[in-house]
Amino acid sequence: MVRSRSSVQVLVGVLSLTLSAALATTSAGCDKLRGKKKKPAPSASPSASASPSPTPGGEGGTILIGEFGSMTGAEASFGESTHKGIELALEHINAKGGVLGKQLKLKSYDDAGNPEQATAVVTKLVTDDKVTAILGEVASNLSIAGGQVAQDSGTPMISPSSTNVQVTKDRDHVFRVCFIDPFQGFAMAKFTTETLKHTKAAILRDQTQSYSQGLADAFKDAYVKMGGSIVADESYSKGDKNFNSQLSKIKAAKPEVIFLPGYYSDVATIAKQARQLGLKLPLLGGDGWDSPELFQIGGQALDNTYFSNHYSHEEPRDAVKVFVGDFQKKFGIIPDGLAALGYDAAMLLADAMRRAGSTDKKAIRDAIASTKDFPGVTGTITIDAERNSQKPAVILKIEGGKASYVASVAPTP
Amino acid sequence: MSFFFGLLLVGFVQGCLYALIALGYTLVFGILQFINFAHSDVVMLGAWFAWKYAQWMGVSFSVISIGTSLGILGLSVLSCAAVGFTIERLAYRPLRHAPRINILITAIGVSLFLENFTQLPYVFGSRDKAMPQLLDVYAGFDVGGVRVQYFQIITVVFAFALMALLSLLVYRTRLGRAMRAISFDTRTASLMGIPTGRVIAYTFVLGSALAAAAGILTGVAFGSLSQPSSTSWIRFGLKAFICAVVGGIGSIEGAVAGGLLIGITEQLAGGYISSSYADAIVFGVLILVLMVRPSGIFGVTMREKV
Repeated sequence: MVRSRSSVQVLVGVLSLTLSAALATTSAGCDKLRGKKKKPAPSASPSASASPSPTPGGEGGTILIGEFGSMTGAEASFGESTHKGIELALEHINAKGGVLGKQLKLKSYDDAGNPEQATAVVTKLVTDDKVTAILGEVASNLSIAGGQVAQDSGTPMISPSSTNVQVTKDRDHVFRVCFIDPFQGFAMAKFTTETLKHTKAAILRDQTQSYSQGLADAFKDAYVKMGGSIVADESYSKGDKNFNSQLSKIKAAKPEVIFLPGYYSDVATIAKQARQLGLKLPLLGGDGWDSPELFQIGGQALDNTYFSNHYSHEEPRDAVKVFVGDFQKKFGIIPDGLAALGYDAAMLLADAMRRAGSTDKKAIRDAIASTKDFPGVTGTITIDAERNSQKPAVILKIEGGKASYVASVAPTP
Repeated sequence: MSFFFGLLLVGFVQGCLYALIALGYTLVFGILQFINFAHSDVVMLGAWFAWKYAQWMGVSFSVISIGTSLGILGLSVLSCAAVGFTIERLAYRPLRHAPRINILITAIGVSLFLENFTQLPYVFGSRDKAMPQLLDVYAGFDVGGVRVQYFQIITVVFAFALMALLSLLVYRTRLGRAMRAISFDTRTASLMGIPTGRVIAYTFVLGSALAAAAGILTGVAFGSLSQPSSTSWIRFGLKAFICAVVGGIGSIEGAVAGGLLIGITEQLAGGYISSSYADAIVFGVLILVLMVRPSGIFGVTMREKV
């Protein structure tokens, strides 16, 4: 049919145009949670907000806390669970009279799972809303992006569940209430070699996620040290849907288990395609699997899989029982690990504010840094010199569309 | 060897799906000399319509009867055809005599609208979902170590049947003749009494229906649906667009050849070189083909008339 040279040239130009339009779409996510009105985007740059604001945190009888999370996007259930956990914590805190005689108020924004958007909304929290402290993110690359703004503006930030090492590294204002990937990788490697007794593993990692890369490396190191061998180490990129070539290579390498340190949506899809290829072996993963939507997408393909997590609602501890009961009463669902960590992060922040005795950002930062033996739902939390917390990991087994508690792995001394 | 044939099989199936989408790009380009950038969103809509209808019929998570599957498939294809018709009527037709860049920008606008509108909670929502099992994706057999699934065979047969129907339509019917006439010279065609507006609308309907079929089959093959604005849909559409360009945009045979070439290249590159570089290699093939044959494999170079 008809065509001319010039139209082919137009194509090439348009190709790049669409690519940038495509990127814009993903970041043009909704301005968050249930129909809140859109505010104008922050005009100030992060560096402009570096000077401490004169009156941090809300007026009158409230203290304003900021939250950023993935309420939409591929990891939307992370944001939603964490948000529910934080909401429950604030309800508990405010019911008991709040902090320093003031009620805690939450301001939440959606980052749509996009690092640029995370930077933008944290900037907005710091400059427009002038929050006292920030709670957020689950996915590590988003905590890294948002954490930079928090650090630059001198606002204390607690990540409930980002496990990548880089999140708190060299950032004295960024903390977390969960364990870190070197430990999580160690726990899973230990479980694989000692309990499952498998010594040949393959890895399929998401090369575009800091979390996945960090956890894959940690597992690899620990597994090789324990005498296991990695027979294949393959990767994919966020947004990939066809994992056949990677899984074919893994199949040809004849592993006994496959380690999938990705997020639930990809993992569930990979599990399905692996089973389609006739790979019936156990699949292993980390806390990125923790979502009700994992089972919804993965279905029967998830039988015979294991993942490490921060807590199990079946753990026989009193703190867990009370939390699960309250959460179910409020939301009608069983809380996942991210909800529990969101709850712990908010409770720990309130505790630190009480100990600081003021809403001064510097004082709160110091109080969080000196947290010792805080009784959380997900275990006892002590913030170490690296601003991380050391806690045991639990291993869950999936069978028949349900995850059940198998074992705990204690932190290494 | 079974490793090679395994990759080849999946690449071939994937290539058929690319080809179905590439045909939509190529048909519209052949007639209007414009790239419909909302086309990848129609692919997304096809798959998500299937999800929605399965929800309404309450058959989402178990293997369902062939009749219901075909019903869902048919409804989604019809819905997408309607969407294609509407897009053309509302967004593109008013710009028929405007400079071509206007209609291109409009296409991007339509694309953004579809991606964001469909994320609303009462449309499809902003979450990834499981694709309803319209076919049993686990059923299959082994041939010399290569796993062949029944749904792969069905996908290939179905795709080729659609492509055969399309070429019959374009080369053997009055409508097809009208389409070819318009692609040759729109003004003369309209002077000869060809209802150009109606024929262009049919072209969009056809392209959208093929895209919907490809979207549904893709969803079934991969097992899950990315949320509407996910980059995975955009990348999928972009790859199909590359197939159309590699094969020679405007050419039906080219779209099919390009689809198969890219689908198979992608798998072999992922299997033998590195999955991290598979996309880079696909784009490399595009550059190579354009260097040797700037108008694509089946493209015809037309000298610009002065």
